[in-house]
Amino acid sequence: MEQKTFTITAETGLHARPATQLVNKAGQFSSEINIESRGKSVNLKSIMGVMSLGVGKGGEVIITADGNDEKEAMEAITNQIQEELGE
Amino acid sequence: MAEHIQGIAASDGVAIGKAFLLEQPELDIQKETVANAEDELENFQAAVANAGKELEAIRAKTLEQQGEENAEIFSAHLLVLEDPEMLGAVETKVKDEHITASYALHEVSSMYIDMFENMDNEYMRERAADIKDVSQRILMHLAGVENTSLTATDEEVIILSHDLTPSDTAQLDRQYTLGFVTNIGGRTSHSAIMARSLEIPAVVGTKDMTSRVQSGDLLIVDGGTGELVIDPDEATMDTYRERQREHEAKKEAQKKLVGEPSISADGQRVELAANIGTPNDMKGVLENGAEGIGLYRTEFLYMGRDSLPEEDEQFEAYRSVVEKMNGAPVVIRTLDIGGDKELPYLDLPEELNPFLGFRALRLCLENTEMFRTQLRALLRASNYGNLKIMFPMVATLEELRSAKALLQEEKSRLHEEGAAVGEAVEVGIMVEIPSTAVAATQFAKEVDFFSIGTNDLVQYTLAADRMSERVAHLYQPYHPAVLQLIKNVIDASHAEGKWTGMCGEMAGETTAIPLLLGLGLDEFSMSASSILPARSQLATLNVTVARELAERALTCGTADEVEKIVHEHV
Repeated sequence: MEQKTFTITAETGLHARPATQLVNKAGQFSSEINIESRGKSVNLKSIMGVMSLGVGKGGEVIITADGNDEKEAMEAITNQIQEELGE
Repeated sequence: MAEHIQGIAASDGVAIGKAFLLEQPELDIQKETVANAEDELENFQAAVANAGKELEAIRAKTLEQQGEENAEIFSAHLLVLEDPEMLGAVETKVKDEHITASYALHEVSSMYIDMFENMDNEYMRERAADIKDVSQRILMHLAGVENTSLTATDEEVIILSHDLTPSDTAQLDRQYTLGFVTNIGGRTSHSAIMARSLEIPAVVGTKDMTSRVQSGDLLIVDGGTGELVIDPDEATMDTYRERQREHEAKKEAQKKLVGEPSISADGQRVELAANIGTPNDMKGVLENGAEGIGLYRTEFLYMGRDSLPEEDEQFEAYRSVVEKMNGAPVVIRTLDIGGDKELPYLDLPEELNPFLGFRALRLCLENTEMFRTQLRALLRASNYGNLKIMFPMVATLEELRSAKALLQEEKSRLHEEGAAVGEAVEVGIMVEIPSTAVAATQFAKEVDFFSIGTNDLVQYTLAADRMSERVAHLYQPYHPAVLQLIKNVIDASHAEGKWTGMCGEMAGETTAIPLLLGLGLDEFSMSASSILPARSQLATLNVTVARELAERALTCGTADEVEKIVHEHV
């Protein structure tokens, strides 16, 4: 299992289009991918799940990937987050 | 029995065909149990798959006909449709509680809709609307109800609807839409403007047409007069077929004017330009032979998003328009937000009287960082063609001077950075506040051009809110006071060797054109679809006669008298 912590620095938090793109990215992998914020964990492949977390600017999230392509998944997601959402 | 109804003429042309009532059926969803949960799950999965195919098709069609931006609406819908959390929750409910998939979906989607609707974030509230749309689509498949989606029709129809929203219009298929009719709206409402730009005959403001007509009824729509006929007899059909032929013939004749100059019968040249909102509108502009862009409304770049557009993004949009016009003038108006147009992410204070409040240039002069970004993008784009900058809502000379100072600062900065900026970019103002129209002589010394925004000028001059139906009769573009202000502005610019344009709806109206020609207007900017009719009308006018007409109009007592003498003349 892969696990990584990120801080969301985007002005809009995990709300807008970049969040949609992140969900799309996660959907490309077969691994089970989850995102956790303030103790609540949801499926990163679910746009409604992700948005219901209500992560704002400065929020910390933990992403886990578990499955055959977990390494590739985590790498792609890390890139996606660093590009638009945070660090 | 033929029935005649009068609505508001919104888009010229005659349509004869079957009515198609566009409405979302109210689905009655009750909590019911199912004997076999496995079967119900299969039904659900099939409904989701069908909805997905439908959405894919709509998305592809939208992408092809209207481009990426509108197609994105349906990409978002697909994402919701495929959402594993939502699908999973519905499936679990069906399995565990043995309830119908419809009821389970209704419960799950309502939960999300409630959650998103209550969030303090415009973007999230829009997503609630997406979830509603998508679950409605699945529910209709589950119920086996025919989906009266705009794209589901494959025969030519006249669409009837209470109103047409932007997302409805994104789905409108030009090929199958003969015309449309709405219960609400006026000549300047979204649906009417859209109909004119798509050149679809339309009548709006019919109040209750959707309850008088059923899908399949034969209908005539005359978008030129606002007349509707339900169940016409043969003789009536013939009359309207004749009108249809006349209209088509007129349009054909006008098509020949695409590359021609705009010139009156006695040789007076004017410029007929187009109003646009986004670079996507350029197709219509070029097809209709516009000689320039008289108004590029930049606020669409700022709308429907969560943060301000960056300099490069703006630069690309401006540059693409300027380049496509190939040296012809392009007047770009700086951000005109506030009033009826809001930007949630700017967090503007609510005002009692937003039209007289913190909007347009007033907002930009306070929010200088945002304004400077736009000015820089404009200056950089000016290097690629004939770009002119226009400030909206100027009430005082101080405002104009402040805006020009900021522009000058950014120009110097760009020079220092080594960025290319067009030579001698003209700077003008929109004249829409009476103070500026009255003091036009003073303003004319400090601008390169004026463009009269009649939509606001009329509402401020007569103190009549153009959105309020109760005072609609006071919103009078032909009021002699408005004509006097227009004359004052044109004369003041000419005295300084400058020019005046007009970019309100009025500039494209048959009644207004002879008056404006007579008053000496240099540039008429209108919806692209009005350009060819205007050019053909202009060719029949005589400027010396138009001048006399304008002089007589200025001495009239009422707007009605003005319209009367113009109609007698043309």
